[in-house]
Amino acid sequence: MLVADPNGVAGWRRFREELSAADDPGKAHLLAAQAARLRAADIRMINRAGLGHVGGDMSVLDILTTLVFGVLQIDPEQPEAPDRDRLILSKGHSAGALYATLAAAGFFPESELETFAQPLSALNGHPNRVKVPGVETNTGPLGHGLPVAVGMAVAGVLAASDRKVFVVLGDGELQEGSNWEAAMAAGHRKLANLTAIVDRNRLQQGARTEDTVTLEPLADKWTAFGWRVVELDGHDHLALLDAFTQPRDERPTCVIARTVKGKGISFMEDRVEWHHKVPSGEQVTTALQELEEVQA
Amino acid sequence: MSAVIDTAPTFDCRVAFAEELIALAEQDPRIVAVCNDSVGSSNLVGFREKFPDRLINVGIAEQDMVGVGAGLALSGYVPFVCGAAPFLTGRALEQIKADVAYSQAPVVLCGMSPGMAYGELGPTHHSIEDLAWLRAVAGLGIVVPADPLQTREAVRWAASAATPVFLRVGRFKVPAVSSGFSFGKAEELRSGDGIALVATGSMVSRAVQAAEVLAGEGIAARVLNMATIAPLDEAAVVRAVHQTRGIVTVEEATITGGLGAAVGEINLRQARPVPMRMLGSPREFAPTGDTAFLLEHFGLTAEGIAAAGRELA
Repeated sequence: MLVADPNGVAGWRRFREELSAADDPGKAHLLAAQAARLRAADIRMINRAGLGHVGGDMSVLDILTTLVFGVLQIDPEQPEAPDRDRLILSKGHSAGALYATLAAAGFFPESELETFAQPLSALNGHPNRVKVPGVETNTGPLGHGLPVAVGMAVAGVLAASDRKVFVVLGDGELQEGSNWEAAMAAGHRKLANLTAIVDRNRLQQGARTEDTVTLEPLADKWTAFGWRVVELDGHDHLALLDAFTQPRDERPTCVIARTVKGKGISFMEDRVEWHHKVPSGEQVTTALQELEEVQA
Repeated sequence: MSAVIDTAPTFDCRVAFAEELIALAEQDPRIVAVCNDSVGSSNLVGFREKFPDRLINVGIAEQDMVGVGAGLALSGYVPFVCGAAPFLTGRALEQIKADVAYSQAPVVLCGMSPGMAYGELGPTHHSIEDLAWLRAVAGLGIVVPADPLQTREAVRWAASAATPVFLRVGRFKVPAVSSGFSFGKAEELRSGDGIALVATGSMVSRAVQAAEVLAGEGIAARVLNMATIAPLDEAAVVRAVHQTRGIVTVEEATITGGLGAAVGEINLRQARPVPMRMLGSPREFAPTGDTAFLLEHFGLTAEGIAAAGRELA
């Protein structure tokens, strides 16, 4: 098991304080710059490892950044505190995005990112809770995160705790039936402490979701299963912050985050081939330059 | 055959399971039950009456059931996830692998009415593959109690074991045969250096009967009650290999991958392996019939076990 990096945690705490003191434009700027830093870290990891799922990483990173740097009641130095908020990345193939985010928050040293996918690294191609603090359950096969999140939300109710459970789902992943078993149970049990976020980038491994198996009308589906639905721009940090911090409804909440696969890298955006293609050296340079401009 | 065992009362192990679970839950607020609409067939009616909030019925949805169990376990609860063994293991195998075993979530997976307990309902409802499937999953304990006492003690052990485990809870009635449960340990019910009968679950009492038949013919059969299939008691198997002329394994499961295969793997690693006979379902879907009929059909009777023993003696 990796251990927390005190310097990283201190940086995360400073960021959280700065964020809570900032006005809305300030918040948006802070989170955008942080997300760009994490995108760059992820691109470097994927380049070093020669593998990864860059497209989905880029689409989900604003969601992960907002949660970890703006919303979750967590302490990276106490990753197993009983009343922490839970974050599950059900689309476990975006492990690179999760690792970059957790490392930046000090759950483990950022230097560890250099080992991504190397022999015997704690940082497998899909996240492992036994080895990586901040990972709540092992994901990778799709359709697993939401049922586990429902169990965690039920546990929160049983324990009469205020903690919240957030689970990030891919959109293509919603073709797995297990999600709908869990959605039905969560709606029935009115798990108001549960938020599912759909990274709606409209692309899956081989094609557009709607050309593969139609997901729309997606909001209607969740509504029909007993969920409150919020639709927003998944790269709009203020909208994400607002959705994640609204007072509890009596239902579970589904945030359908409209995203762009490959977001932030011009030549990757909304292109199906960047699901798990590895950028070349020249492409990495271009990508990092584009991200640098956002951070400035 | 032994008149003593033939006239002995027999028990549905789900009764002992439920009684022990309720007794433990009264002491330990962390214990919860999760089920797939199987409140009746998992014998959880009494649990629901006592602890309505601690019975989480997810509906007919085994994948969700196992995931929910993992989420509860990773939040500090001790979930007993109950469903008919064929659906729990077959439908949710990937959840058992990824959410429970690989995630090291200490869930107690309770496979109710395993083997051919559902008799005439047919192979869709039989769970003869579970031991083979689950034995391939790393980090998952597999426990198959032989009678009510072992069921009770296995439930108690599982509640505090803090490790992922599959518990096979029998519905087909069995006589009391065991004197207790110790995880990972074979129970030697009868000594003997002629041959060894290694049995699990519903087959244990039949192996004891077979040993009595063989004793009448001058064959000293050792009987091992293998209530833990994984991790298997390797030392007990090695002793059987060294000290007897042959091993018969007996299970209410397919012989491709379960107890017989596990014993065989150890036998083959010895310098001088002994001949074996593996009794169970021969990778065949059962015909129509009640459980007693099907067990006889596949030779899973005292006489069938004794016959296999004679070939090795």
